[in-house]
Amino acid sequence: MRGALHMIVYALFFYLFAGVCIASAIMVVASRNPVYSVLFLILAFVNASGLFMLMGAEFLAMILVVVYVGAVAVLFLFVVMMLDVDFAELRQGALQYLPIGTLVGIVLLAELLLVVGAWAIAPHVADVIAAPIPPFYSVSNTEALGQVLYTRYVYFFQVAGVILLVAMIGAIVLTLRHKPNIKRQDVSQQVARTKADAIEVVKVKSGQGLS
Amino acid sequence: MLEFWTDYVWPVLVVLAQSVLLLVILLIAVAYIIYADRKIWAAVQLRRGPNVVGPWGLLQSFADLLKFVLKEPVIPSGANKGLFLLAPFVTCVLALAAWAVIPVNEGWVIANINVGILYIFAISSLGVYGIIMAGWASNSKYPFLAALRSAAQMVSYEVSIGFVIVTVLLCVGSLNLSEIVDAQDGKYGMFNWFWLPLLPMFVIFFVSALAETNRPPFDLVEAESELVAGFMVEYGSTPYMMLMLGEYVAIATMCALGTIMFLGGWLAPFPVAPFTWVPGVIWFTLKCLFMFFLFAMAKAIVPRYRYDQLMRLGWKVFLPISLAMVVIVAGVLQFTGLAPK
Repeated sequence: MRGALHMIVYALFFYLFAGVCIASAIMVVASRNPVYSVLFLILAFVNASGLFMLMGAEFLAMILVVVYVGAVAVLFLFVVMMLDVDFAELRQGALQYLPIGTLVGIVLLAELLLVVGAWAIAPHVADVIAAPIPPFYSVSNTEALGQVLYTRYVYFFQVAGVILLVAMIGAIVLTLRHKPNIKRQDVSQQVARTKADAIEVVKVKSGQGLS
Repeated sequence: MLEFWTDYVWPVLVVLAQSVLLLVILLIAVAYIIYADRKIWAAVQLRRGPNVVGPWGLLQSFADLLKFVLKEPVIPSGANKGLFLLAPFVTCVLALAAWAVIPVNEGWVIANINVGILYIFAISSLGVYGIIMAGWASNSKYPFLAALRSAAQMVSYEVSIGFVIVTVLLCVGSLNLSEIVDAQDGKYGMFNWFWLPLLPMFVIFFVSALAETNRPPFDLVEAESELVAGFMVEYGSTPYMMLMLGEYVAIATMCALGTIMFLGGWLAPFPVAPFTWVPGVIWFTLKCLFMFFLFAMAKAIVPRYRYDQLMRLGWKVFLPISLAMVVIVAGVLQFTGLAPK
């Protein structure tokens, strides 16, 4: 009886989060104003984080909010507000791109199906499962993730970091311009100034001035 | 049916009652920290500050509340009405929601979740949306400039706050706020708290908290001399009050977070008799007020930063220092065997 009730409440929240998530995802594409699109995207992220929370993945839920809502979506909003794109105008020619779009979609779907169809179980999975797993509630979500991420998958983790670093350096290289004739503040130079080289005390004779 | 009552209805009612109690206390506290802010600011400038409503002006904040609520709300005709009214709610609700996980005494917390500090970090990083939405929906130049400034500023300083949190977590070994306080308990009292071993991080946290809450000297979002009142130019009456309220609650949250991470939360400063008789919640409040006093003094003393200086401080000074401190603290913990299990 208690279990059944729990499942009902669980399902209720699941359908709430999932429903709002899908509805707002549709609104991201459908809304005419790009700022609304980004705001609906944020709503979708927050509801996805709610779904993670329902599964007990509290760390992932929080990281989703911190990274995607707190940082990435802010930049989206920033760009969308600055650009003032008229999406309605962009959508005028949407119909003529429909065949290509559909083709790309079908190819992607087929590839996904192939990948999922050829799903193989890793050879060492038996060892992983056979390893003593701590009881579910004795180790927190964050610790469990950390234990796997920094031991078994440490090289993948490092490679992911290097890829991000390369992307970051690439973005900086692409946008960095060294313009001459720009006045910059050099704090170390300012701090290094002394009274001796900044001020010159001159005794001026009256009626003669400085020559 | 009884199980439905004991498992679902009753716990929800209890949490609801606790939340209402917390909200009432928090809002009254905010009314008085606004008063304290003005009084401290006035005292530094040799003025009297609010002194008319009630004894020593103690009821000034409540008079202001009445004034705001009774005024007519004006919505500019060019504004995006929905977002314009949604923005104050977002600011206010997000700021208040952070208090759900803050432990004010041992076990006195509404939601004692495992990822408490991440929750606060996430919620405070969402605070920027209220400002961006208000700035954009106003459909006016100064609010929009303020929104752009705040987006860049708050994202920049979140980075250094994140690294400060990481160093504290390395020393604690848990993301739970109550366990962070427990980890600072020791026989040396206040010298066991993290402000001493992590002093550089405490300073970085304090300055970043000023920037994160748009307090002077980093209040470029509402810089009166350049942007009139920044993102709040078009707001009046109750929506304006909610923006102000959200701002001060966010400041209170940052004070509480600093108290928990560096000043030992509810722990007594000396673990001997007369100090341990005082309830933990009193110590917690006093420490929060001390943090707020620092915030108020910074407002009164320090001149406003220029915007490029603000960005330089965040990215070129705080980011390298805090990143280096993460490595140093992790190394020290690892090689001295002090690392928590």
